[in-house]
Amino acid sequence: MKTFSLALRNLLRNRRRSLTTLLAMVIGLTAILLFGGYRSNITYGIESGFIQASGHLQIQHQNYYLEGGDNPTAYGIPGYQHIIDAVQHDPELAPYLRVVTPTLQLGGLAGNFAAGISRSVFAVGVVPEQRSQMEKWNDYGLRSYIKPLQLSGTSPDSVMIGDGLARKLKLCKKLQMANCVQTETPVTAAAGPAAPDDIAALSDLEQGDAPAQTETGTRIEMLASTAHGAPNVASLSVISSRNMGIKALDDVYLAMHLSQAQKLIYGSNEPQVTAIQIQLQHTSQIEVVRARLQKLLAEQFPGQPLEVQDFKTLNPMYGQTAQFMNSMFGFIATLIAVIVLFTIGNTMSTAVVERTVEIGTLRAMGLRRSGLRYLFLCEGILLGLIGAAAGVISALCIAYLINNSGLSWTPPGYSYAYLILVRVWQDPALLIGSVIGLVVVTVISAWWPANRASKMMIVDALRHV
Amino acid sequence: MYPVVFKKVVKTYHLDAIDVPALIDIDLEIRPNCFTVISGPSGSGKTTLLNLIGCIDRANSGEVIVAGKNVNAMSDNELSDFRAQHLGYIFQNFNLLPVLTTYENVEYPLILTKVPAAQRKERVLALLDAVGLSDRLQNRPGQLSGGQRQRVAIARALATGPKLVLADEPTANLDSQTGAAIITLMRKMQREHQVSFVFSSHDPQVHAEADDTIYIRDGRITGIERQIVETAV
Repeated sequence: MKTFSLALRNLLRNRRRSLTTLLAMVIGLTAILLFGGYRSNITYGIESGFIQASGHLQIQHQNYYLEGGDNPTAYGIPGYQHIIDAVQHDPELAPYLRVVTPTLQLGGLAGNFAAGISRSVFAVGVVPEQRSQMEKWNDYGLRSYIKPLQLSGTSPDSVMIGDGLARKLKLCKKLQMANCVQTETPVTAAAGPAAPDDIAALSDLEQGDAPAQTETGTRIEMLASTAHGAPNVASLSVISSRNMGIKALDDVYLAMHLSQAQKLIYGSNEPQVTAIQIQLQHTSQIEVVRARLQKLLAEQFPGQPLEVQDFKTLNPMYGQTAQFMNSMFGFIATLIAVIVLFTIGNTMSTAVVERTVEIGTLRAMGLRRSGLRYLFLCEGILLGLIGAAAGVISALCIAYLINNSGLSWTPPGYSYAYLILVRVWQDPALLIGSVIGLVVVTVISAWWPANRASKMMIVDALRHV
Repeated sequence: MYPVVFKKVVKTYHLDAIDVPALIDIDLEIRPNCFTVISGPSGSGKTTLLNLIGCIDRANSGEVIVAGKNVNAMSDNELSDFRAQHLGYIFQNFNLLPVLTTYENVEYPLILTKVPAAQRKERVLALLDAVGLSDRLQNRPGQLSGGQRQRVAIARALATGPKLVLADEPTANLDSQTGAAIITLMRKMQREHQVSFVFSSHDPQVHAEADDTIYIRDGRITGIERQIVETAV
């Protein structure tokens, strides 16, 4: 007869107590797994969003991230195509790379002069096909809310803007946006329907180069500062809008062809970019690739002040959100672990008291102290394993119900509601970690009563009434 | 060789700040293959003496030699192994493990002494047959009468082939008829297995069966009555 068999029978002796203890463990583990699954969904979701938008790593001009965000002229990367070629053809990097694409970020003013409105914009010049490829990265199998970038195959002056910006520029109807409430903006006496004469002249000049308009009402002008500090205007065709999730971004976002953005900033000079975005197969490859990239850049481009930044540095919100969710999870998990610890400890202590005479008998028959300790620990481990199995099943069932319930919420700062989803089965680290954690807590809580049982004096135990 | 030899053994209990002497300068030899009864009034030290013989308690001073070994010098683990190999116990309340069947209760000491499974089975079945419980192998203690439980306890005590079986008031919880049957069974088993039985008991039926009777009072042996036994040393 094995000790585990004896331990199991001892647990079945007082079924009601064992069931109550198991119930506490099941509820505790289910709560941990559901909250952990919810946390995973949020953190993986944010991570995926950033990686889809800007890759895992970016090669930038030194200090661009800290100082040059609004100055693409001073912090541009000349000869960027050579760097891209070097990265793509490096045999060490090749297995890790998914997309390597240049991007140019710029600020400016977008105006729908037909409506007499202009707004500040945060514009990004992209290579549409490569950007679309980036947006397909979904290493965690998440449900995506991103509407694909529709710039692929469009004319160079085509742009896509955030829903918020479209609303502000009074483009809701023209873009046939659903659920877009268009209000009348009060026009002040100082404001006029037309652009200043010099800007209008620039715009006319620009439109002269542009392809024929298909929809005059969706044309906007964008004013930006060139490399020499002079104003430049591009006449752009808004082909669609999409919700950018975060309202602050949604209200200013404008995506255009890289060539168009370069033309706006650098004119006929050598085009540059503000970053080379690198998307990897998996997030876990960041450090290996970063190390190789730094070596490669130092060897092949020693004269260029370049640095490599990861998405966590470039998007501090990711770290802050993850830290917040992790601290919440840690707090809840600790609280539940303490409750489980005392519940099992109490159960095992009661069992020790009830079985004092039996303990004396076993010791008299020759069972060593360690054997007795092992017996009670086995009971704790069995409780832990059964509780863990039941807890996992319970969490998976509830997670299935939640994931199919259609419940949603709008996270702080977001402009649309997300479905409430929990990733339990899809997060093996959470699942295995929680199960091991529960079993460890069970063993710890069983240790003290088991130790107490093993140290009993045999004659005292046999006399116990 | 005497299975039990006591030389100037002293046992004192510490109750709060007071030392209570339980056994004082005990010199004792228990003969092999005998039915030995320790007799005395309540509080005289019978159980303490039995506990020391059974190696489940330690003397404060003196030598306790059981089966040729000075048990005072043994570590706790050595003592546990020693008990498993050389001693058997029969308790007043039977003390069977309630979650185990009759068969498993008898088998348990053999598992502790790491006897191979095939030998265990043979031994357990033979013992349960000898105590008349062949038809109760799969019953748990809760499904047995008091007499049947004590029969299981006797079989369990003899399972490892010990040199010495200790029984603390084995008939106290049985009616006189069952008690008599149990004494007869123990006597039979003692003879068949050539083992020494040491009892503490008030039961006159047990006294009547005894080869040797040790009288104890106030922690001192006041007399030993020995019958002539052919196998005695």
